[in-house]
Amino acid sequence: MLTLGIDIGSASSKAVILADGQTIVSQRVIQAGTGSSGPQRVLDAVFKKSGFSWDDFDNSVVTGYGRFSIEEVKNQVSEITCHAKGVAFLVPGVHTIIDIGGQDVKAISLDDRGFISKFFMNDKCAAGTGRFLEVMSRVLELDLSAMGDLHFQSRHPAQVSSTCTVFAESEIISLLSKGTPKEDIVAGVHYSTAVKAVALANRVGLRDEVVMCGGVASNRGVVDAISKSLNRKVSIAPLAQLSGALGAALIAAEEVRRRKDAGRTSAAETQGNHAPV
Amino acid sequence: MSEPVNIENMSAKEMLGYFQNKLDEEAREHKKNGKLVCWSSSVAPSEIFVTMDVALCYPETHAAGIGARHGALDMLEVTEQKGYSTDLCSYARINLAYMDLLKEKALSGNTPEKLAKCPGADIPLPDVVVATNNICNTLLKWYENLSYELNVPFILIDAPYNHTMPVAPHNKKYMAEQIRHAITVLEKLSGKSFDWDKFREVQKQTQRSVKYWLKIAEMGSYKPSPLNGFDLLNFMALIVCARSRDYAELTFKKFVEELQQKEKEGKYAFGDNEQQRLVWEGIAVWPHVGHTFKSLKSRGMLMTGSTYPNVWQLAYEIDNLESIGESYSNVYTNTCVQNRARVLGDVGELGKCDALILHQNRSCKLMCFLNQSCAEIVHDRLDIPYVLFDGDQTDPRNFSPAQYDLRVQSLQEMVTDQKKQQRSPKS
Repeated sequence: MLTLGIDIGSASSKAVILADGQTIVSQRVIQAGTGSSGPQRVLDAVFKKSGFSWDDFDNSVVTGYGRFSIEEVKNQVSEITCHAKGVAFLVPGVHTIIDIGGQDVKAISLDDRGFISKFFMNDKCAAGTGRFLEVMSRVLELDLSAMGDLHFQSRHPAQVSSTCTVFAESEIISLLSKGTPKEDIVAGVHYSTAVKAVALANRVGLRDEVVMCGGVASNRGVVDAISKSLNRKVSIAPLAQLSGALGAALIAAEEVRRRKDAGRTSAAETQGNHAPV
Repeated sequence: MSEPVNIENMSAKEMLGYFQNKLDEEAREHKKNGKLVCWSSSVAPSEIFVTMDVALCYPETHAAGIGARHGALDMLEVTEQKGYSTDLCSYARINLAYMDLLKEKALSGNTPEKLAKCPGADIPLPDVVVATNNICNTLLKWYENLSYELNVPFILIDAPYNHTMPVAPHNKKYMAEQIRHAITVLEKLSGKSFDWDKFREVQKQTQRSVKYWLKIAEMGSYKPSPLNGFDLLNFMALIVCARSRDYAELTFKKFVEELQQKEKEGKYAFGDNEQQRLVWEGIAVWPHVGHTFKSLKSRGMLMTGSTYPNVWQLAYEIDNLESIGESYSNVYTNTCVQNRARVLGDVGELGKCDALILHQNRSCKLMCFLNQSCAEIVHDRLDIPYVLFDGDQTDPRNFSPAQYDLRVQSLQEMVTDQKKQQRSPKS
């Protein structure tokens, strides 16, 4: 059985090809989201690498902000469900998930069976999301990927507003002009990012360690800031940015199994009906 | 006045439209004939005004109508240009804009362009305003402002917040005294004595309207349901604006009969596609009411209960001012979290609901700041998931369709998973 999971986010496109609902055959992240060439490019990439095409899949599911934009896929599942499914597969027994993507920050709690019991998301504010970090990295003239390491060099993290991306940007300009070391500003940005996620995580209720996924999980500085703010261990899900696409592929596989089971049950029932009296 | 119409042959929906127009027309007639017109908050004691033959207009309902007909932005622009904060209730901002435009028209004789374009009902300026702060406290300054700008009296019926339930005896007395005071103000303004016999009949009428209103809400308990809960939001206009007239009773009675007939014939709100049943907490997102409904309908998610229409569950003893006062005080928005959660849970139970959707309404802090606490209590009591979405009752800029859709879809997936979980053996 072969399934395809696609996650079209606001800032990136992800795809996972899964064999038998267990083994990742191909995976790819393209840093361009919905409305861009990203979705097509990510599909081209996984198809090329695996040698499969649309006809080879038993089922496919698409998730993310751009989940209604892939014409070939009829099944759309919310990113809440897909991230939860993906992370629960990668980290069995997880109860609390924080997912920070390009424009969303989500906290999800799972029960003992891995079903979602609650979730909360940011509303109309980009503070605490990947976009917030992107804006700050531009002002700081730093590569986004360098911010994680710089965070750990900070001795006195600066205070950065968590309420508004625009105001935080001007605060950083002001800190730079005062000569505040960049590593302290970077750490301040990460603590500011953490505030939103921590508030949402506390609302869903914390249980055991927290697992992070989404693109921002690759920034170790943000993970550290969240961990310190929560005073709790925060680990990064393997394939953190792909957890939504993986969850989509897993849901697609479950659906195929369900269909097969239903077919078997129906066949058995039919046989039973025709059993000699 | 227009010719009398035979309402017998009308559907409930037609009656709703007919009586809404009739109420506005009556208010305009009152104004023309020098009779009193009052602008009232939605849950103020209408009984005394109807007894005194004062025409009532309801700024909240009026603003909702403007919002639903996509006229809110023009009105909001008027108040924002005057310096009002966008954090202020959008009903207040729309009504203050409408008042301002009406005043400009009255003073200059010219109809401002935004007033001419306004899709809301044409209502006259008030001679008196009344507010009861059982639904919010913004009303106090909003109505004070109306009173100041128009130089008309402001009757305030102050309903202290009920930190515990039931309503304390001293609060019932306080409410009763304020109703007595309001009567004396109206006597002075109209130059007429209060007719206590007529008052008794108006109270009886109000109770009959409330009885049929609750019967409509009860139709949501049928599974599958013939009632589409979003209809409650539309029919609500008459429980707000005409509960002390027979207009509400007649319309609701007809609607109940129609629903009973549908139930008998097996005609359900979503046909055979009622997948899940929801409690909706909070005011509708009027400018996007179509989207919010269609998004749910496309997934077979039917609203079978809502606390918002239940606000008008105004049951009281006839001829007992303290009882009337109590009913206007214990409106659920004016009560402690435990009582609000109880009401919400009861609505969910009656509607046999699978989930709870709560509107985090940027306009209405009182209605939504306790949303999560109430949802948690209901979640524990009924074991149903909930979701909050961000929006606004009439400011279209504060609602994002994509954000709403994601939350609704996730909620449905949670309900589906929960049902699967209940079906499978415990691990």
